Amino acid sequence: MSSVVVVGAGPAGLAAAAAAARAGRDVLLIDAESRRGGQYHRQDLLDTTERFPLPPGVEHLAETVVWAVEPGRRLHLLTGPADGPGRRRRTVDAAALVIAPGAHDRVLPFPGWTLPGVYTAGAAQAMAKGQRVAVGRRVLVAGTGPFLLPVARAVLGAGAEVAAVLEANRPRWHTEPRGLAAGLAKAPELLGYLRTLAKHRVPYRTRTAVIAAHGADRLESVTTARLDERWRVRPGTERELEVDALCVGHGFTPRLELAVAAGCALSGGFVSVDPAQRTSVPGVYAAGEVTGIGGADLAAAEGAVAGLAAAGAPVPPRLLRRVRSLRRFAAALDRVHPVGDGWREWLTDDTLICRCEEVPYRALRAAAPGARALRLTSRAGLGLCQGRTCGAAVADLCGLPGDAFARRPIAAPVRLGELIDEENE
Amino acid sequence: MRVELDGEWVTAVPGQTVAGLLLARGRVSWRTTRAGGAPRGVFCGIGVCHDCLVVVNGVPDVRACQRLLADGDRVRCQDGAELPS
Ligand SMILES: Cc1cc2nc3c(=O)[nH]c(=O)nc-3n(C[C@H](O)[C@H](O)[C@H](O)COP(=O)(O)OP(=O)(O)OC[C@H]3O[C@@H](n4cnc5c(N)ncnc54)[C@H](O)[C@@H]3O)c2cc1C
Ligand code: FES
Repeated sequence: MSSVVVVGAGPAGLAAAAAAARAGRDVLLIDAESRRGGQYHRQDLLDTTERFPLPPGVEHLAETVVWAVEPGRRLHLLTGPADGPGRRRRTVDAAALVIAPGAHDRVLPFPGWTLPGVYTAGAAQAMAKGQRVAVGRRVLVAGTGPFLLPVARAVLGAGAEVAAVLEANRPRWHTEPRGLAAGLAKAPELLGYLRTLAKHRVPYRTRTAVIAAHGADRLESVTTARLDERWRVRPGTERELEVDALCVGHGFTPRLELAVAAGCALSGGFVSVDPAQRTSVPGVYAAGEVTGIGGADLAAAEGAVAGLAAAGAPVPPRLLRRVRSLRRFAAALDRVHPVGDGWREWLTDDTLICRCEEVPYRALRAAAPGARALRLTSRAGLGLCQGRTCGAAVADLCGLPGDAFARRPIAAPVRLGELIDEENE
Repeated sequence: MRVELDGEWVTAVPGQTVAGLLLARGRVSWRTTRAGGAPRGVFCGIGVCHDCLVVVNGVPDVRACQRLLADGDRVRCQDGAELPS
């Protein structure tokens, strides 16, 4: 039996591991990536300098995917080069488990979004930070949320031109004085991004979106348009823009499958936790963006709380106050960057909603209601990504709860041979 | 490090992923979809969407954005649903 097991080595998991180790427990830190850091602290894989040295008492399993969780805190792991074959299989029983798998980009579908050259905002960021490559030469960044700014900076840093940053909302910060005050510490980071955009003369436009992408077998141009408050297109404002890459992000979707498999209750589409980051399952804690989207600082603060609680150590009130204050800021950020329902009007009958199974909007509308019936009749969400990419949009379009697609007993792709090979045990 | 990309031997650096190398060489797509035969490359960049699949050393359905290259790897485009060779 391992002492404290932490899944995810992003800001939340790193903080949880460090805190539990400092409280005197042995810690096993597991992450699918080859290097620690998660999304926010993604390391440059071409540079071997380690930015996140392991605290004493922590063992790190890199390139290790948790592909299943059984109730009772038993984890099934595969270690080795991504997608095998021949990865090493292992089962771990955790005395206490901290789930910190983070989130992935949410992208609303629009005509042409499956063309090569259309990326999630996070992909552009990950390729720039981790691989030093720009996703294109002339890049457009679009969607909503403060995350578009670091993405634009990373793309510039990788040597590409950024044609513009298009924010679909016009953030109404004056309506959120308390939230803004709680986030004041973030102001210098934000100003830094804006300065970089100004230096490179990158236009920043609000209430503007990409409503279609065009190209034969790769992205060649996009249609942009001005939007009203609900994200409906203002007629006559459509413009064509030539770009070879588009990075889109409409917020984030939590990676819920491990928590769901462990039996943790959800609320509002996230893992539900108490002030000590305890989930509904005894001995299972959750931290970071699985419990709510709030950025790296909040993820790290929640991670520190979860690590201490999982180690059975007292949590200082100061730390709890910090979590509460960062949550206020996150909630305010969320409120000033809502997803307007007008995006549905950007869709055409042929727009693919499920990328994997190539299910067009037309088929989705014709499909039977209810999550299960809908999947079986339209095949939406049944492809290789298991509805991770389209789930939120399908749920939205069909009036289902946002986490309707969160149940995935197999959390990561496994090759049959890797399960059968007994010598592996 | 030398790796084979669609029949051509090229230089790669340690730490490079399959997707990192392909994008650095100006490629944007390297697989076709099962049903529509449409081209795809990277979309999410972090292993979630399964758009970026390639065949590595004869094994299909390897996510290019997640797979680190090793010396001597043979990488090629994936055409729809493929069986291991
Ligand atoms: C692609 C991407 C790029 C981002 N870049 C930035 C940025 O530059 N700036 C910014 O402010 N915010 C960024 N964000 C937002 C980001 O989500 C948060 O800022 C922060 O990284 C969240 O921390 P976390 O610890 O909750 O999760 P993460 O940092 O996402 O870390 C979670 C870790 O869990 C691992 N994991 C997940 N599932 C499994 C499994 N089944 N088995 C094993 N390991 C698993 C993942 O590999 C990952 O390393 C980005 C988000 C995404 C999706
Ligand atoms: S680009 Fe999404 S899995 Fe690789």
